Amino acid sequence: MPVDLNFMVGGEAGQGVQSVGFLLAKVFARGGYHIFADQDYESRIRGGHNFFRVRVSDRKVGAIAQDVDILIALNMDSIERHQPQIVTQGIIIFDGEKTKEVSGHNSSLLGIPLEKLAEEKAGGKLMLNTVALGAALSAVNYDLNILNTVLVERFGKGDVGDRNIAAAKAGYEYVQSEYKGDFRKIKLLSEAKRMLLTGNEALCLGAIAAGCKFMAAYPMTPASSIMEYMAAKSKDFDLVMVHTEDEIAAINMAIGAAYAGVRAMTATSGSGLCLMVEGIGLAGITETPIVIIDGQRPGPAVGLPTRTEQGDLLFVLHAHHGDFPRAVLAPATIEDAFWVTVKAFDWAERYQLPVIVLTDQHLASSYATVDRLDLSQVAIDRGMLFSEKEDDPSDYMRHKVTKSGISPRAFPGLGKALVVTDCDEHDEEGHLTEDARERTAQVQKRLRKLLPLEKEISTPRKYGSRGAETTLIGWGSTYGAIHEAVDMLRKQGANVNMLHLSELWPFPTRAVADAVSKASNKYVIENNATGQLARLIKTETGYDVSGRILKFDGRPFTPACIAEAVRKEAHQT
Amino acid sequence: MITTSDYAGLKPAWCPGCGDFGILRALNRALVEMEIEPHRVLMVSGIGQAGKLPHYTRGNVFNSLHGRPIPPAIGAKIANSELIVIVISGDGDAYGEGGNHFLHAARRNHDITYMVHNNQVYGLTKGQASPTSDVGFITKTTPYGAASPVNPLALAIVNGASFVSRGFAGDIDHLTHLIKKGITHRGFALIDILQPCISFNHKNTFQWYKERAYKLEDEKYDPRDKRAALEKALEWGDKIPTGVIYEENLPVYEDQLPALSDGPLVKQKIDPRRVERLLAEFT
Repeated sequence: MPVDLNFMVGGEAGQGVQSVGFLLAKVFARGGYHIFADQDYESRIRGGHNFFRVRVSDRKVGAIAQDVDILIALNMDSIERHQPQIVTQGIIIFDGEKTKEVSGHNSSLLGIPLEKLAEEKAGGKLMLNTVALGAALSAVNYDLNILNTVLVERFGKGDVGDRNIAAAKAGYEYVQSEYKGDFRKIKLLSEAKRMLLTGNEALCLGAIAAGCKFMAAYPMTPASSIMEYMAAKSKDFDLVMVHTEDEIAAINMAIGAAYAGVRAMTATSGSGLCLMVEGIGLAGITETPIVIIDGQRPGPAVGLPTRTEQGDLLFVLHAHHGDFPRAVLAPATIEDAFWVTVKAFDWAERYQLPVIVLTDQHLASSYATVDRLDLSQVAIDRGMLFSEKEDDPSDYMRHKVTKSGISPRAFPGLGKALVVTDCDEHDEEGHLTEDARERTAQVQKRLRKLLPLEKEISTPRKYGSRGAETTLIGWGSTYGAIHEAVDMLRKQGANVNMLHLSELWPFPTRAVADAVSKASNKYVIENNATGQLARLIKTETGYDVSGRILKFDGRPFTPACIAEAVRKEAHQT
Repeated sequence: MITTSDYAGLKPAWCPGCGDFGILRALNRALVEMEIEPHRVLMVSGIGQAGKLPHYTRGNVFNSLHGRPIPPAIGAKIANSELIVIVISGDGDAYGEGGNHFLHAARRNHDITYMVHNNQVYGLTKGQASPTSDVGFITKTTPYGAASPVNPLALAIVNGASFVSRGFAGDIDHLTHLIKKGITHRGFALIDILQPCISFNHKNTFQWYKERAYKLEDEKYDPRDKRAALEKALEWGDKIPTGVIYEENLPVYEDQLPALSDGPLVKQKIDPRRVERLLAEFT
């Protein structure tokens, strides 16, 4: 019997929802399962309602499911909120002594004295999370030793580790002895050594592998964890992360570091990016390579601070006045976040321009299992560099007009060449000028860099039958959900395929026009309110889409909700 | 040997008689006297008449956005700590648009020299009041008189700057001496420079400054006394103190970055394979 098991951990902020969720994901990843897990949290430190969903499957999964098989309820509120999502014969794990009245549902109700067991067996009620975790594993007859190993890794071999192990054991044994129902047995699979990581972690690994030496940023959900990870690794990887006074300082500082010759980035979310806009243009006119991470969240302004949206696409394409080239990439999956970031640094330096990486809260904070990344595939290309061995440094001109539009870079202080640049329009040497001919030459030179860049844009990902009647079009983090929705719809007999973009600018006009012109129904699936990709497709290819499946409530799509929406659209047309 | 000709740049587009000429001469003299080669210097400027200065001398130049010269200067200094980084700004650029960066660069004590051409008026945009215009100063944008000015020296002192000074564009020898001290100082060094604007400020003229400016070096004054420094920073009107107002040895931001202990970041090699050991943390 195939395994596709959906756990949910629910509770207040501060109750350890994240910790239990992560450990659940980890123990099943260790057992050889594929994981996709997401986090839903409010913008508060204590109280409210948070949940963490963990999908465990024996095949690769890239999205969260709608249904819940096992709910670990750390408070009563979680049961009330999520009962409708629980499948028939699902399981609810809760504190049976604190939560008396749970009824009206045909789930197995596993009331367990979580707090009491924590106090009696593990020396404190703080351990109740781990008791619940042990109980959950017991309810699927999963191996407890893996959890013990993971607990020691997380809490150490001392007292805290031991007490966690005791707590897990107490929960596990309680379920085995008190509930003799014939629970399903989830066996260990092969000893697969997959990585379990979030989108932001994948992105950070990509940045470090690509040789990012400098990051400057200002904390903002969902990008703050990028700052924290980079800062934590700064000593071991010769990199510097500066927590700046604001986002304006952040982007300008990164530009200064990049001008001086190191790979540099910043990371923020929508309204932080609003403050950075002038820096995008500065990088554009000074031809300074920088990588800007925009972890999207619902806007405008502060919007929904801890939730997800894909509402920044048209903003990042146009942010800043004037004409200059840029690139926009949007990772499709957590693994992709690594490779896209590596690519972003290469493109930034090869074409000497700002590269914007669009992720979102969903991708940033969701976990997935990923095959161990193959670092031998990371090739570093620092672009065209000026050599003082071959050329006279006194002839150096930072903004030399060339056929490709790319001028060799020299780094200030490393040689005799003087590196001069200006946010005013400048001549080839970099000195400010108002000369009409020089202005025209510099604008054209900068825009010429787009031509070779256009050729680098990969063909959008395609999935499903060729020449299908219906094409679902998406971009960025919705890849996994749309992919699975295509499977669902095909199983129901629909003739459907998918076109998915993760390299958005320069726009892959020909490939998109080709795909869009072939299908009779083409629906965009977007986490925003107006169908920003649909508008971009119209502008760039002239084609209209036949429908827009949009979600802008701050929550990610599930495959089932996409499939349902597609069926509805098909009825209407 | 480094001579003035090494620092001969483009012809300035400033008004004849502008105080900026004196500042340019003092900077060039300081660099020559310190025997610094132009390629070791990075000048980062903002927007305003002061922001053009780097084009009129020689060195590496990053002429940045209005109000923003400090952040790129810090980024460049961290990327290549061997560069001598001098930020060239004006009163609008430094204390208006870029006020936040000024406060935080001072408290973090980045190893950069911050020269602010302070003519108490906007020159490039033609004569509007600046954040340092004297109270009551009437311009097209302040027809009923400017509000109370910011006090950059006092701000720098209370925000933890480790070197706070004031020069006068009309006293090139003294200004040269201050710039040399500022460059030599380890940490954030502010040099606020009284600069006459002959086109738009008919109040704070060359003569006006000359009558009021006096040198702290000529008095019995200890620039290491923070309270005394604050008192001097508050002095304005009939007498205006110039020289080193405050000086202290404080931990330098860049010295505290472990990544820089192996030399400048820009000289570090990129090796993706080093990330292999991080991958293990996720399995």
